[in-house]
Amino acid sequence: MNWTLDKHRPLCPQICENLCRDIAMGVFAPEQRLPSVRELAAVVGVNPNTVQAAMNAMEEQGILYSVRGSGWYVREDLTCAQEALSRLRQEKTAAYFRIMETLGMTETETKQFIKEWDYE
Amino acid sequence: MSELLRCENVTKRYGNVLALDHVSFTLESGRIVGLLGPNGSGKTTLIKLINGLLTPTEGQVLIEGDKPGTVTKTKVAYLPDNIYLNSWMTVQQIVEYFADFYADFDAARAYEMLERLGISPKMRLKSLSKGNKEKVCLILVMSRQAKLYVLDEPIAGVDPAARDYVISTIINNYNPEATVLISTHLIADIEQVLDEVLFIQAGNLLLQKTVDEIRAENGKSVDELFREVFKW
Repeated sequence: MNWTLDKHRPLCPQICENLCRDIAMGVFAPEQRLPSVRELAAVVGVNPNTVQAAMNAMEEQGILYSVRGSGWYVREDLTCAQEALSRLRQEKTAAYFRIMETLGMTETETKQFIKEWDYE
Repeated sequence: MSELLRCENVTKRYGNVLALDHVSFTLESGRIVGLLGPNGSGKTTLIKLINGLLTPTEGQVLIEGDKPGTVTKTKVAYLPDNIYLNSWMTVQQIVEYFADFYADFDAARAYEMLERLGISPKMRLKSLSKGNKEKVCLILVMSRQAKLYVLDEPIAGVDPAARDYVISTIINNYNPEATVLISTHLIADIEQVLDEVLFIQAGNLLLQKTVDEIRAENGKSVDELFREVFKW
């Protein structure tokens, strides 16, 4: 698992984002059991409480469900995870346009730039 | 989650020097807490008060309702900021010594961690480097099944790779009933695993917040906020 975490933003939503992406992209399949909170925490290098909070938030969003004594599972219906992924894609693209603005390119110019980039 | 540690108006004077000035806070169980502050801000004094090595001039420290003493020593695991073990002893002798001292000490766990960090139990403490001595001390403390772990500068002299191992040891050893209080200057290395932080300055508690609150409110990492708050 290769997650990069931004130290300027709260960790909990970032863990949600990364998990949503992995679920929507099939790293974790529907009905699959996720690694335990403690394992995830150790791999990602964050506090288990933070991972637990992220799991709870994702349960509320309808992405995960928990089985008492067993752990966290991916819901069969991936709609919510896919919605979360497309939101994430929009945010990242918007952020890219803002960066390009600081480099002196308007949104239109940036789009043009990307198009030409494809031809190269 | 229940209340584990309570400090009520804790004040400590050394003669004319006011080291802690009416500090009050509580810590719940199941948290990893950073105790952060510049040099001489009172971190070690606070830690020594929690361990009963000092007594407060005013106010009181309570661990699950008890003042620091024999009862609390069975549930508080303390890593001091200096090495206090006998340097002529071998690592194995020290592990056995700890196992005799503390009923909650897990020797198998200690040997496992020593092996992971490549420290031979046959070595005498005096033949180990400073960083390896510190690792031994930390392993001894983390091998106890305590309620409260109080770590005074646990990673200062340890190389970055071993630091990662130490941090993952703290996470893996994490038990929902236990709280870990860590004083350190190496905030960037450790902030990802912290639930909350206490900032102290010149004996006063400046803030107690969760790490995600700090990031959400300020858009800054704890390390950056620290540098800003304690800027000279």
